[in-house]
Amino acid sequence: MKHIINCLVENQPGVLARIVGLISGRGYNIETLNVGPTEDPTVSKMTIVVPGDSHVIEQVTHQLSKQIDVIEVVNMTNRRHLDRELILVRVATESHNARAEIVDLAALFRGHVVSVQEDSVTIQMVGNQETVADFLCLMKPYSIVDISRTGVIAVGREAPGASAAKG
Amino acid sequence: MKDKTDTDMSSAEKQPLRSGAQCVIDGLVKAGCEVLFGYPGGAVLDIFNCLYEAPFNFVLSRHEQGAVHMADGYARATGKPGCCLVTSGPGATNTVTGLATAYMDGVPLVCITGQVALDMIGNDAFQEADVVGITRPVTKHNFLVRSADDLPGIIAKAFYIATTGKPGPVVIDIPKNVQKQMTAALTPETVVMRSYRPDVPINAAEIAQFAELINNASRPLLYVGGGAISGNAAEALAQLAHKANIPVTTTLMALGIFPETDPLSLHMLGMHGSVAANYAVDHCDLLIAAGARFDDRVTGKISAFANKATIVHIDIDRSSISKSVRSDLGVHGYVKPVLEAVLPLVKPAEHTEWLEKVNRWKERFPFTYPKNDDALMPQFVIEQIDAVSEGKAVVVTDVGQNQMWAAQFFRYTRPRNFITSGGLGTMGFGLPAAIGAQFGRRGAPVVCVTGDGGVQMNFQELVVAVEHQIPVVVVILNNGFLGMVRQWQELFYDRRYSGVVLSQKGRAPNEQVAETSGYLPDFIKMAEAHGACARRVFKEEEVGPALREALASGKTWVIECIVAPEANVFPMIPPGAHVAEIINRTV
Ligand SMILES: Cc1ncc(C[n+]2csc(CCOP(=O)(O)OP(=O)(O)O)c2C)c(N)n1
Ligand SMILES: [Mg+2]
Repeated sequence: MKHIINCLVENQPGVLARIVGLISGRGYNIETLNVGPTEDPTVSKMTIVVPGDSHVIEQVTHQLSKQIDVIEVVNMTNRRHLDRELILVRVATESHNARAEIVDLAALFRGHVVSVQEDSVTIQMVGNQETVADFLCLMKPYSIVDISRTGVIAVGREAPGASAAKG
Repeated sequence: MKDKTDTDMSSAEKQPLRSGAQCVIDGLVKAGCEVLFGYPGGAVLDIFNCLYEAPFNFVLSRHEQGAVHMADGYARATGKPGCCLVTSGPGATNTVTGLATAYMDGVPLVCITGQVALDMIGNDAFQEADVVGITRPVTKHNFLVRSADDLPGIIAKAFYIATTGKPGPVVIDIPKNVQKQMTAALTPETVVMRSYRPDVPINAAEIAQFAELINNASRPLLYVGGGAISGNAAEALAQLAHKANIPVTTTLMALGIFPETDPLSLHMLGMHGSVAANYAVDHCDLLIAAGARFDDRVTGKISAFANKATIVHIDIDRSSISKSVRSDLGVHGYVKPVLEAVLPLVKPAEHTEWLEKVNRWKERFPFTYPKNDDALMPQFVIEQIDAVSEGKAVVVTDVGQNQMWAAQFFRYTRPRNFITSGGLGTMGFGLPAAIGAQFGRRGAPVVCVTGDGGVQMNFQELVVAVEHQIPVVVVILNNGFLGMVRQWQELFYDRRYSGVVLSQKGRAPNEQVAETSGYLPDFIKMAEAHGACARRVFKEEEVGPALREALASGKTWVIECIVAPEANVFPMIPPGAHVAEIINRTV
């Protein structure tokens, strides 16, 4: 199972390398990783999607918490949360029919056409992990020319404070 | 490179300005540094310049690895953080093995490395290396200092991080221009970090549950690791063990935390541990792991380890709990306060039946070795160190068979009197670590037990002992082999001795060399060339007198013991095996 882990870290050079090095050095995989500033300029937030069973994820969370520059680690998967990913996907349109179908499908997923070329159309789409996966599944038959994904970001839906212990 | 020293000085009327280099010295003083081990170079010239007037000793090692192992030995012997200082590039990369050694065993160290000037970083400048990148996986934390204004705070943080929580090494990488830069920043009195809070409150519910498990157990066992030594938990441990009559086994790292002369002691457990300890693990119904981390050299086959037991794991490192062996109750905290908290809730118990059983194992399977009329047995040498020093020696080992015999045949009764590279198993650790240990424990008899292989890895440091009149006694167990590897080849690879023969005879076909007469190297000549006293012994009756003379001399000594070449370390549980597969050929 995939887990979404949110990490608040000191906004300092080298922190990203530290986190990535830790995860790869211990043999875990990172599926997506997103880093951005928060309302506090000294703090950055990382959202890491890691596949693994609960034992692996427990280890990842504890190892992350142990890093000196990590302020807080929350496994979002274990609590009420919202998660979103933005994708830009360019799909080949070999026929007029294909273009129309793709645009229709995108509309069903609240996607936008952001660019149209002679032989392709580019869709911007935002959704949670499932929706994005479903949409991409439907795009598969049309042959995807290019795709870029932001990686998952997530926010909690409950009161703050319910976070993993630092230690 | 911009060097604004002079202009900055002009504003010194209001605030006393210090150079970054001076901040380093002042930070070390404030942290209580008594001795700094290190090696100079271009990128730390400014720090060495300020070091000239420093109120603590500086010890010049002969290799940066030696400096880190000395700081490490000092830290393990005293419980205080070790300090070292090296230059950029090759100086810094030479510390990596030492840092990794300290990291694996949770030893508090602060290692300062020089770095090229900030504006040169990334340009492949002379003697530049990405030290924070290289040392990140082998340190608890590291810092690249970007401004002298940050330096006093970073030094204070480095010591705080190194010595609290699960201790570990911290690297401070200081660019040359930062060392020259002037600052008004002061060394802080206290350190508080929002992202690092090593003090964990005791959880009363966990303690209550823990106490209940102890009170309900009929076959409890304490399995104590290095965390109990760094957490100074000896007394609390003894109280708990005696109150509820719980037998105690320790890891290699924790030898001495509980007197091995105590009837409740089962000695060391694990691959080369006592039969009694390993049987007890297999039979216990409650295993209390205190500051131990279920290393694979302890557990063998994980699924079969203590599989009749409820497992309680006390550890300050939350990530260590349930990492390899799943525990039924994890108690996150320092060993000492946790044991102190549970003690009043524990009911006195006899556990007569269990102790009788355990004692029968102890009587039946003591550590022992075959007598050999033709050759000196290495185990005998260790017993003699125990006897001659009246159990008081601080034993610092290298890695290999010598290390395991030192663990098995000396009865340790005090914490910090057995110093060894457990987690990383670093050959070459013993000699410099023994020197560092002696710097911290001036009056104590310090004996380094090492092998003919490992001692050659850092032999150059012997000079440091001699010139500083550090009276370590280096006992080389010369078996002519990289013995521990040879033992594995004997047991598991059909005696195909590949790459392990140190003498010139009997090597594999593709390793043949011309035979030489005499000893190669001649450790006695080597020792004497380094200014130490030295003697080669062959017979049992020579060992005691040589040790007695060396320990009484107040001088640096090397005693080379020519021992049985193919003696083995037993008992041995093969790697990944269950205790039932224990090999114990001791007669
Ligand atoms: C730096 C390093 N290299 C290699 C090893 C692997 N190794 C472990 S024990 C050993 C043999 C040690 O030989 P020696 O120092 O003669 O000690 P003995 O086992 O014979 O007592 C070796 C090569 C190691 N532990 N450390
Ligand atoms: Mg040897």
